[in-house]
Amino acid sequence: MSLWRQMTRGLRVLVHRRAADQDLADEVTDFLNQLAAEHVARGLSPADAQRAARLELGSSTMVREQVRSSGWENAVGTLVADLRFAARRLRSNPGFTIVSVLTLALGLGAVTAIFSAVNPILFEPLPYPDAGRILMVSDFGTDGAPVDVTFGTYRELAARSRSFSTMAAVDAWQPALTGTAEPERLTGQRVTATYFRVLGVPPALGRDFDAADDQPHGPRVAIVSDGLAQRRFGGTRAVLGRQVTLDGDPYTVVGVMPRGFENVLTPSAEVWAPRQYGANTSFDGPEWGHHMRLVGRLAPDITADQATRELQAIAHTPVAEFPRPPWANLDHGVIVHALQADVTAGVRPALVASLIAVLLVLAIACVNVTNLLLARGAQRRGEFAMRAALGAGRRRLISQLLTESLLLAALGGALGLAVADLGVRALVALSPPGLPRVNAIRLDAAVFLFALGITAFVGLVVGFVPALSASRSDLHAGLQQGSQRTAGGHRLTRNVLVVAEVALALVLLVSAGLLLRSLERLFAVAPGLDPSHVVTMQVEAASHLHDGDSTRFRFFAQTLDAVERVPGVTAAAFTSQLPLSGDFDKYGVQLASAPSDDPNADYGAFRYMVTPAYFAVMRIPLRRGRLLTDFDRAGTVEAVLINESFARRAFPGQDPIGQRVRVGPEAGRTDRPWDVIVGVVGDVKQASLAIGDENDFYVASGQWAWVDNVQSLVVRTQGSATALIPAIKQAIWSVDRSSPIVRVASMDALVAATAGQRRFALTLFEAFALAALALAAIGIYGVLAGGVTERMREIGVRAALGASRGAILTLIVRQGMTLAVIGVLIGLGGAVLSTRSLATLLFGISRLDPITYLGVIVLLLGVAAVACWIPARRAAAVDPIITLRAE
Amino acid sequence: MPCRRGARSADRHILTIKMRNCIVLPHHPPGALVEEPNTDVIQGTLDLLILKTLSLEPMHGYGIGRRVEQISRGVFRINAGSLLTALQRLERAGWLDAEWRQTENARRARYYRLTRAGRKQLEVESADWKRRASAVARLLNAEG
Repeated sequence: MSLWRQMTRGLRVLVHRRAADQDLADEVTDFLNQLAAEHVARGLSPADAQRAARLELGSSTMVREQVRSSGWENAVGTLVADLRFAARRLRSNPGFTIVSVLTLALGLGAVTAIFSAVNPILFEPLPYPDAGRILMVSDFGTDGAPVDVTFGTYRELAARSRSFSTMAAVDAWQPALTGTAEPERLTGQRVTATYFRVLGVPPALGRDFDAADDQPHGPRVAIVSDGLAQRRFGGTRAVLGRQVTLDGDPYTVVGVMPRGFENVLTPSAEVWAPRQYGANTSFDGPEWGHHMRLVGRLAPDITADQATRELQAIAHTPVAEFPRPPWANLDHGVIVHALQADVTAGVRPALVASLIAVLLVLAIACVNVTNLLLARGAQRRGEFAMRAALGAGRRRLISQLLTESLLLAALGGALGLAVADLGVRALVALSPPGLPRVNAIRLDAAVFLFALGITAFVGLVVGFVPALSASRSDLHAGLQQGSQRTAGGHRLTRNVLVVAEVALALVLLVSAGLLLRSLERLFAVAPGLDPSHVVTMQVEAASHLHDGDSTRFRFFAQTLDAVERVPGVTAAAFTSQLPLSGDFDKYGVQLASAPSDDPNADYGAFRYMVTPAYFAVMRIPLRRGRLLTDFDRAGTVEAVLINESFARRAFPGQDPIGQRVRVGPEAGRTDRPWDVIVGVVGDVKQASLAIGDENDFYVASGQWAWVDNVQSLVVRTQGSATALIPAIKQAIWSVDRSSPIVRVASMDALVAATAGQRRFALTLFEAFALAALALAAIGIYGVLAGGVTERMREIGVRAALGASRGAILTLIVRQGMTLAVIGVLIGLGGAVLSTRSLATLLFGISRLDPITYLGVIVLLLGVAAVACWIPARRAAAVDPIITLRAE
Repeated sequence: MPCRRGARSADRHILTIKMRNCIVLPHHPPGALVEEPNTDVIQGTLDLLILKTLSLEPMHGYGIGRRVEQISRGVFRINAGSLLTALQRLERAGWLDAEWRQTENARRARYYRLTRAGRKQLEVESADWKRRASAVARLLNAEG
């Protein structure tokens, strides 16, 4: 088999068609002449010999055809001819072409855009070598959910486990970058030296951390991201070896990460420094707080299951070398997940639901285009009958029609790429803050391939039914078909397709409606505070990082004074944790009245270290007892406020005032004095509006074990909250010029932003539902309008026989509404089944909520009625004389 | 409406169509060798016959057909279409070389010649054919 010859000979026929044809003709002629010569040798006259030769050869054209069709170039030639014909047909029917191409572009573009978001999260592995072998290990929280581990746990597991080639622990870090133009708060991570080895991505410039860097009181070194180097330090080469001031201390930059490095654990992290924790047997330092994430890379030839079992075994067998405190005793074992699953778990349901929804939209678009093709096919029966009579086989007809539909799909797909581009931009812009791997959402090679594949698939699917039915048509009847206005075939198919469209549209509309009402319910939930006229910002005592608590306390007190003096400010306060801001700060609370001494029976509660004016600023109601005052300061009995739910849970039926507790690091320590509960305040939502009934406790900022370095300032203003932001910032900077101020927002904006993910899903579903509704309406209209055109003659006859305009109107409308109603009924069943996949996104509403369903049904039937009415009016306006004469 | 070429007397009973403007394609080509119905076997046998014929001397298409008919004593009659198709296929596979020669009357004839690869293919195919034929013969004699 000579590939070269196959190619060149075929190409020659394609390119020099005339010369190739001539060669073939000459060869056949030669054949003929030889035959004739033989006959002459047998004694016939030359003319008779020619005739006999021709009879024996058969049709010379057929012979040439046979030879020509055996080459591969014939298929190409056929394809080119089909494409040219298809293009001509599309050009001559601009209305049909534009509608079909736009419909397909909408469907294909939407699917491609959603796929580009879903691909990096659901399908592609994380952007690390052998990403499937990176696992995340978590501890068990009080409610069984995974919780961060302690550094001590990491030390023990890293030393004792054989299943991992490297393990690393990661801590959040938000250093203030000072010394350059404007103080900036960076997002970063404090990591053990092995972190980048676990990920498998070494720094592009400079070096990685090593064990010597990661000792307590070790050197101050840092690795920065490529983005930070470009943004603040004039390039990657310039920053290497430079000293930068983070949190008031000089750090030497020893490495720069590669451009495009994705740090999936904290995507916005730009700077890394060694954690520099050591062994700590006294259990009272930060080494034993649950605030580190533990990741490990499996050793070669070890499976995740083996590693999990080994870790569980280690967890259940404590050794003397690695003592454990009661709150990190690993009694319940550990939780091990693949890192990929961990990172994407939260958004998976929403993404899967979106993918299903967009596929429904594509299905509706395909149904519309199929209907259009069927309608056109009915008009082309004569053409197909002629072709079949001339010898075209059924396969040839089908392949020609499929070429037409593939061309249509290709045009739709090309336009759809533009739609997808817009869609991707919109997705990235609207994406909720927690969406993982946002940086990977773009139109890349995988997305293009997907677009190509689905375009081809859609082209085949859309053309399949029309091609089958067109090629099957009765030749005789087709050739005889006189008028285009008699009832065409495929009525049942088209009606079934319309019913399917309506059903799919109903499913999408129900989903969008349920999400909409969920969001309404969510925002009807009382946050527990009054967010209006409140502005917040996070203030960091950057230059006092190493000063004592009293210095920091003085800094915040002075800042508070300065802010209160700003005109327009009613009240101001500091808090260590801001509700509904993404903060998550929980500590244990030990009750004096609790029977057992086991700290694990403690309650976990959100800690708020506040100045006394906090409750006035946030308007949190007092239920019992008293609020914190300025007299609650260092040296006096520690006063604690708890919220209603905590009081109900911890002291059912009793008065919590006067009860004794120990909070935070003092819990479980018998040498520390008891705190006293002095009041009960209302519940406040912390994590989100959807999660309620948490435990909160409040202490005065002078009475906590330390003074937080970063606190949130909350200010209640007389007029617009945001208008005073510059003045407040000035007041803060008047106390300390170098204090970074971040997360500036009005409380209203923060509350609105909490439902980010739900809102995002709702936006998507609304867009899909509207598209589906429009497409379904167009579909109904198209089928009915086509039906009316086909039945013009029949309608004329009816009108001539005395049917009133109203009767004809009713006839057409009833036809269309019957389809719509059947579609709605089927769609209801489908909606009940499919809303199960939305369950996690709904809030406060059952997935069978009758009001939503009712509203959607009314909307859909109303739109269907309008879509029926327009062609019905046209039918009713038919003048029988004109119609009957037009035949 | 089918297009018509310039009419010649013998063409009137045949629907002749010019390729370029009408879209008509042929049905399945009629069987190459009159006797056997199975096309796959036919194609393989046809290749073998052509290669063998050309192993003796270069020949033009018509001559090959005639030689096969003569030597097989009329068992194998190859029609023009199948023969020319097979020759094109074999030429593209690299087993034949083709060249144009002038005949008398200033007409051209295409002469085919076996290449070295073609000679090797001929050996392979005839060995295969002999093996298959003897196997069939054994099977047919088996009950005996």
